[in-house]
Amino acid sequence: MRSDLVTAFIVVAAILVLASIVGQVLRLRYSRGGESAAIDNLNDRIGSWWVMAIVLFLAFLAGKPGVSLLFAFAAFAALREFMTLTNATRADHRSLVAVFFFVLPFQFWLVHTGWYGLYSIFIPVYVFLFLPILSAASGDPRNFLIRVSEMQWALMICVYCVSHVPALLDLSIPGYEGREVLLIVFLVIVVQLSDVLQYIWGKLIGRRRIAPTLSPSKTVEGLVGGALSATAVGTALWWMTPFAPWQAALMSLMLTVMGFLGGLVMSAIKRDRGVKDWGHAIAGHGGFVDRLDSVIFAAPVFFHVTRWFWSVA
Amino acid sequence: MAVAIRIFARMVTAVRGLWLGADPGSPATRLYFANHVSNGDFILIWTVLPASLRDRVRPVAAADYWTRSALRRFVAEHVFHALLIDRGPEARESDPVSYMARVLGAGTSLIIFPEGKRNMTDEPLLPFRSGIYRVAVQVPGAELVPVWIENLNRVLPKGAVVPVPLMCSVSFGTPLQVRAGESSEAFLERARAALIALRPAREGS
Repeated sequence: MRSDLVTAFIVVAAILVLASIVGQVLRLRYSRGGESAAIDNLNDRIGSWWVMAIVLFLAFLAGKPGVSLLFAFAAFAALREFMTLTNATRADHRSLVAVFFFVLPFQFWLVHTGWYGLYSIFIPVYVFLFLPILSAASGDPRNFLIRVSEMQWALMICVYCVSHVPALLDLSIPGYEGREVLLIVFLVIVVQLSDVLQYIWGKLIGRRRIAPTLSPSKTVEGLVGGALSATAVGTALWWMTPFAPWQAALMSLMLTVMGFLGGLVMSAIKRDRGVKDWGHAIAGHGGFVDRLDSVIFAAPVFFHVTRWFWSVA
Repeated sequence: MAVAIRIFARMVTAVRGLWLGADPGSPATRLYFANHVSNGDFILIWTVLPASLRDRVRPVAAADYWTRSALRRFVAEHVFHALLIDRGPEARESDPVSYMARVLGAGTSLIIFPEGKRNMTDEPLLPFRSGIYRVAVQVPGAELVPVWIENLNRVLPKGAVVPVPLMCSVSFGTPLQVRAGESSEAFLERARAALIALRPAREGS
């Protein structure tokens, strides 16, 4: 497992070395004094990719505790960004304390201990019922439905869905014991590469915009080119998964489509709230939600499809 | 302890300093005036100031609140180096305006909250009290920098003990000075408008 992890990291590092060289050449040619915002943004993005790749690699090496902690932290940062853009008021203070300091850690602890029966319903059922009770107890009815709906949505997106990434370690697939972390590597590489490739294809040949009112940069050409090329890469990574090559191809296609749709949904929210990015934590990319949006939509579906067809428990 | 407080503030609020007119590298003595929504206001400003400015800035705080317990007094005096002033004119030993003017005149920057108390209303900003004008007139060389603190009222509302993590920003605007012959009312209105103008616009919601 460890040698597969190292192989995957070396491949990713090689791609990043190439990207860094291209980025620096472009900078020296066209943006020596920062003339081109697009090139400077590209280099910021590549720099952040290095940090993210190294942090992920270290967490994967640390095994289950490392992965759980890393994604719990990412969920925390994402939830902080999401709640900032909602209508939560002073009256929701107690609910927010519960959300950040109880619901979030408890969900990741449930996932860590592998309690599937509870972690799959804790937020959709119990939190769904008890959080509005807590908000109602404050006695402020203004925007009540909006406030509790936004909070539940934020939790589903930033905590429930994100927790399905470490939940992949909980699957027991015959013949794949001890290698489950590679499922996460596969998920992250395919989804994130799909984002990058959609961006590149879109820049190169993108013409027909898919959803101009939601996300003007998404094009048919970008989607098709990105999804197909990311699917090709995902298929080539079948050796790190429990899937046969054709199955890895279908999985990759599903991941890229879910990732794309996730990006679209999250763009709609940003548009509505009048912001360009969710946050500023990751140079060049925006916030944690900006980077995670596609993973958020892909992870739970990937988890359940894999669990249904491959897992014994 | 001071470093720990700043790290904590960043973990909770991911606060960013936005320099929208004031120069973060300037050595000028400044009177920062900010909106007041939470007891954490000063900490947030302090967290985003560059070290060179942070070391020579003191918050002005109400003595009646900050000396109510030994812990508060210790934090105010030894961690924040606050300038504690008497709010009530009845039992006042020293005049707060001349005290602030003296410290400011000696080259120490100050942070004040001209609303005089935390804003618990739905208005963005309460009317200013006149102290800022009187200090500014006494120390004409000081730069008056408007500072808008965004979102902290949601992080730590009045009465709450546990802060909730939400993202905050602190915007520093273009420095003002009292114009020749400008009346107190005219200046306070101008200063208040300059502060409100820093409020980040958000469409929708």
